[in-house]
Amino acid sequence: MAEPTTTPAAPASVDARAGAKAAVRRRRRYSLLTRHDKLILSLMVGIPLGLDLLLIWLPAVASVGLSFTNWSGIGPITSDDIVGFKNYQNLFTSYIFFRPALAHNLIWLAFLTIISTPFGMFLAVLLDREMRGTRIYQSIFFLPVVLALVVVGFIWELQYAPTEGFINNALGLTKTGHVIDWLGNPRINLLAALIASSWRHVGYIMVLYLAGLKSVDPSLREAAAIDGANQRQTFFRVVFPVMGPINVIIVVVTIIESLRAFDIAYIINRGKNGLELLSTLITNNSISEASLVGFGSAIAVVLLVISLVPIVLYLSRVMRNMAT
Amino acid sequence: MGDAPFYRRSPSELSELFGLDLSRRDVLRIGGYASLAAFLAACANGGGGGTSSGPGTVSVGSNQSDTSATGGPRQGMADVTAAFQKATGNKVKMNTVDHGTFQDQISSYLQGTPEDSFTWFSGHRMRFFADQGLATKVDDVWDKVKGNFTGAFAEAVKGNDGHIYGIPVDYYPWAVFYRKSVWAQHGYKIPTNWDDFKALAAQMKKDGLVPIAMADKDGWPAQGTFDILNLRLNGYEFHVDLLNGKQKWTDARVTNVFKKWAEITPYYNDAPAGMKWQDGAALLVKKQAGMTVIGLFISQEFPASDVDDIDFFPFPDMGTKYDAEKALDAPIDVMMLSKKSPTLNKDMAAAKSYLEFWAKGSTQLTMWKSAPGFIPAASDTDTSSFPALTKKAVQIVQSAQRITQFFDRDTRPDYAGPNGMQQFLLTFLSNPNANPTALQGTMQQFWDSLPPEK
Repeated sequence: MAEPTTTPAAPASVDARAGAKAAVRRRRRYSLLTRHDKLILSLMVGIPLGLDLLLIWLPAVASVGLSFTNWSGIGPITSDDIVGFKNYQNLFTSYIFFRPALAHNLIWLAFLTIISTPFGMFLAVLLDREMRGTRIYQSIFFLPVVLALVVVGFIWELQYAPTEGFINNALGLTKTGHVIDWLGNPRINLLAALIASSWRHVGYIMVLYLAGLKSVDPSLREAAAIDGANQRQTFFRVVFPVMGPINVIIVVVTIIESLRAFDIAYIINRGKNGLELLSTLITNNSISEASLVGFGSAIAVVLLVISLVPIVLYLSRVMRNMAT
Repeated sequence: MGDAPFYRRSPSELSELFGLDLSRRDVLRIGGYASLAAFLAACANGGGGGTSSGPGTVSVGSNQSDTSATGGPRQGMADVTAAFQKATGNKVKMNTVDHGTFQDQISSYLQGTPEDSFTWFSGHRMRFFADQGLATKVDDVWDKVKGNFTGAFAEAVKGNDGHIYGIPVDYYPWAVFYRKSVWAQHGYKIPTNWDDFKALAAQMKKDGLVPIAMADKDGWPAQGTFDILNLRLNGYEFHVDLLNGKQKWTDARVTNVFKKWAEITPYYNDAPAGMKWQDGAALLVKKQAGMTVIGLFISQEFPASDVDDIDFFPFPDMGTKYDAEKALDAPIDVMMLSKKSPTLNKDMAAAKSYLEFWAKGSTQLTMWKSAPGFIPAASDTDTSSFPALTKKAVQIVQSAQRITQFFDRDTRPDYAGPNGMQQFLLTFLSNPNANPTALQGTMQQFWDSLPPEK
């Protein structure tokens, strides 16, 4: 990925070193970049960097700082507000909503990884075979991706509502008087939310994977076919391995989607009664009327630490690729 | 919090919610608080403008975002604004924010650049912000208008320091609602005690009705039933002390509330935890349910032609000495002045005249015409145009010896919210016959884990 940017830079620096021997330093700089170029470059690097620091690093660091306070969000933070590790202690030992939330995030991750993502890949493989109407299918599967998750939440709430919803009415359950409580039964509402979430996630993965499949050199398949490989062997032995970079992206996307799962659970019931997620706990504690900013920050820090695992794994892989 | 905002929420509010939740997601993704400031500034758009012309302007932050067939609170606010501008020559700059968003952002809003005046609730939620120094005392306005309010209202707008922080605008009682036509058809009689109430519910079940509609997906409707049971069984003092942490949730008296409650849960509909309060109201509208415990705002769910068919009765007596209190939840909405508004000093005269204007019965009647689920609080309101339902609602509140504001207005919001009491009551409803002791232990443990309220 980073290759195109590094290649042109390499000969330039070789030139520079050669030039440095022959000429004064000032001349070398002139030969490389004009003052105008430098201005443009520093603006192009500086503005995104400044925004990155301001909007990502500052809040992240501030969250870590706030997690050691019991600041209510009102007035200045005084020394009285600093409570050390008390928020974390409370979170891990007595906060009854933390374990369910963590478990639900992990279930979310497992469901997307084991069911939704492979299904999206499967659809991509099917649609890659130039069957009739493939564009129509693509559009249908991709449509939910265009919708905001909030809208997805509303759409599925209309499907799941116990008495007014489509599913219970279509199944004729409303007539029997024993409806299935898709959204209110804590044993099944997480599954209901996951289906809603997958409805969108599958299309997303499908499009990503389809783009990858299109870029696979057709001669590889021809060669496999000539060697007598069947469809399955061709995919698993030839196509899947050469799709390595796309596969990594798919895994990263799946993990990110699971960790930031929020909208659907929040729309359904503000993340309670079986739909607790780390993200909804953060919202309900710190940016709601509850005003437990310090405590909410502690949960946010936990989520940050969890998020760091896949981020570090991904970055280390990218860096390794860049190094070679 | 899935509480008070949704009292007034109509299903047609999709667009406003989109705005709310997209913003929230963005806030989360970016990671928090720096972006929050920008978000709030956007929400409170117009508050910090400070471009008001001359002394005769008041800016108003309003959570009255809902519209309905009758016009809704939003229309009512516009009508009041027009009347105020006409009567006093002052100008109003209205900033209407989605009800739920307004509530979630209230503490940041009041600390930032709020409008001069804003809509809010009485009770714990008003006193809290008064204690934080985020509201302006309005004793001088109150001195001019207090003759127009009963003692109960005077009490409801008083801060912990004894000063007045708001002007009562409207209120609405919680009671047991039913349809007259359904009851006439089956010959049901209003139950006045607990046994009659249960017998009636059993009869309704036999007659093929859902005896008591309960829809608690939003989390707060069940709190209304908890309130009234606790008030009837254990009295006003205990209820207030419990909600302020002076009594324990593990108390045997709380156990008794859950035990009694479990006697009527068999008469609830299926799936109470999956239905919005509007879905529960729909059971009543469609004549599938016999009755429901909710606030007067349920009337907005009925088509205009059916409004005369709605009736209600106070929750039945439970055979305790506290029956005589005739206590009930009757939340009061107030109009307040902020503290940190950059324009308030300049606008003070207009802002106070705005509050004074709100204290008139005629103003509150104007509001009521658009939002008939909310009863004017001023004594000089012309009640001649009130339908029987509203008159009865006025009377039930007047005959109450003790009035509470509603669970989530009477206790700290972090305890009342979705990851708190809303969850605990949903847990109870999912298995009402379980021994409540464990649940009560959890409730007390959660209360103890909250930091002291400053």
